[in-house]
Amino acid sequence: MTSTPPRHRPIDRVRWWTYLLLGAATVVCLFPLYWMFIVATTDTATATKMPPEVVPGGNFFHLLGLVLETVPFVQSLVNSLAVATAIGVGQALLCALAGFAFAKLRFPGRNTLFLIVVLTMTVPTQLSVIPQYLIMSELGWVDTLQALIVPGLASAFGIFWMRQHISATISDELMQAATIDGASAWQVFWRIAFPIVRPAAFVLGLFGFVTAWNDFLWPFIVLKSPERYTAQIAIKALQNSYDVDLGLAMSGSFLATIPLVFLFVLVGRRMVAGILDGAFKG
Amino acid sequence: MTAGTLTPLPSADLPPPAAPKARGLGERLSPYAYIAPFFVIFGVFGLFPFAFTFYVALFDWNPIGDQVFIGVDNFTRMFGDPRFWNATGNTLSIWALSTIPQLLLALVLAHVLNHARLRFALFFRMSVLVPYVTSVAATAIVFAQLFDRDYGLLNWLLGLVGVEPVDFVQSTWGSHVLIATMVTWRWFGYTTLLYLASLQSVPRSVFEAAAIDGAGPWQRFRHITVPSLRPVIIFTVVTSTIGGLQIFTEPLLIASGAPLTCGAVRQCQTLTLFLYEQGFGQFEFGYGSAIGVALFVMVVAIAAINYLLSTRIKADR
Repeated sequence: MTSTPPRHRPIDRVRWWTYLLLGAATVVCLFPLYWMFIVATTDTATATKMPPEVVPGGNFFHLLGLVLETVPFVQSLVNSLAVATAIGVGQALLCALAGFAFAKLRFPGRNTLFLIVVLTMTVPTQLSVIPQYLIMSELGWVDTLQALIVPGLASAFGIFWMRQHISATISDELMQAATIDGASAWQVFWRIAFPIVRPAAFVLGLFGFVTAWNDFLWPFIVLKSPERYTAQIAIKALQNSYDVDLGLAMSGSFLATIPLVFLFVLVGRRMVAGILDGAFKG
Repeated sequence: MTAGTLTPLPSADLPPPAAPKARGLGERLSPYAYIAPFFVIFGVFGLFPFAFTFYVALFDWNPIGDQVFIGVDNFTRMFGDPRFWNATGNTLSIWALSTIPQLLLALVLAHVLNHARLRFALFFRMSVLVPYVTSVAATAIVFAQLFDRDYGLLNWLLGLVGVEPVDFVQSTWGSHVLIATMVTWRWFGYTTLLYLASLQSVPRSVFEAAAIDGAGPWQRFRHITVPSLRPVIIFTVVTSTIGGLQIFTEPLLIASGAPLTCGAVRQCQTLTLFLYEQGFGQFEFGYGSAIGVALFVMVVAIAAINYLLSTRIKADR
């Protein structure tokens, strides 16, 4: 530490217990996933043996076969992917568009309408699942995927966040230049504003995707037939069918988690940056 | 919304100098078209059902039978229903057991992650976010197995030090600890990053000056980290309260024998699970909606208490 400038010395030293603490937190975060993999690849007898096995067994394909026999799990993964993608992409586009209107366009009632958007964030909508179900029933949307997708497209927070980003990154000079050149509001949005804020919209869509993929209560209420299940509801169905067999529900959980872990390895860095950027500070 | 925690961004109130000349009707209406999808979707699937809950709660409402107006009878029934008070107690207990450790842990981790010279910082930051991308359903399945009485890893480890196996799911406190552990596991990393984001806006020179003046790590934590995080702490207390009152998936999945009641004696049935049981298990939509109204009142009350307490703490300093 002698090479450090003296004024940095007292605070810049990272003590060993810092790494011990962070190492422990990492183990706590990753171990359940590792354990899910262990149990998902062994039979019940091995999974319940003590001391436990620490290496994956060779039973994965046997369990996978059982999973596919019990519920249409591949279909469930496809359903989850369709719902989460539609919500992620839809939220990113709709929030960017509305955020653009609130940040850069002038129209009567703009500030009042924006205040209403912010206030809607305080309404705890999950508590009204019974009337939501009645509405879906009226629309004939019970047991359909659009019952999950359409309500998920509106995000007050997303609009708020995109408005902040667009205000900060699109200068009024740029708007003026484009408008003088005769571009319509839509052209300014689609050709100029959206390409600039696309990274922010991507992070927003990513969080929308993850939330939709992991959603449980509403799909559990509104989906009835196994072909419509999302992966999370399929896990529940596996638990019902063989609740003595630990490996089965665990294999389902594992299959439903892998795509997200894979996604996280690819773009988790941007999710972390999105939170640190002030994205979800509220 | 605590505006003070947001990254400073230029004010959006500057008048956009778009030339107003030659704007056609379509061009003048287009901003409304851009914001309309939100208002339509939120109105139909958010606000209307929310208001409708208060209406349905006044009926004996059977989804395949009649709807009879019964005034406040659902509420009278609810206040005299021991199952409601049991679920309320369980919910509050699980909420306290999960929120307090989660926020304390996040405070400490954010403080150490904020270190300027930390190696592998990105690795640690990403690792703590892994539970957030794991679904609640998968989390519940894994933790129920880890905490299993006969075959769980935790009880095996406890057994090594001579502790009798604990039946987490079947006991009241055990099931609350199990559910609170899952909630804490899933959210502490996310909360850590929220706190870290806020901490990063504190100039490093503040920490350095304190260190030069002789403040140790604990004093810097106590007198710089915690006070500068106050707005975001209030925010996370409120959001974890709203989330905590809506815990549903964990209790449904851990007691696979009696999922809708979370065990034979309703030892871990939360209010949202009780709402589901009455609404979609018993088809009592009116009674279920009354429980929804009660949950809403609790969310508002607890958020208000949190807010008052937090501002009181602030004023005392």
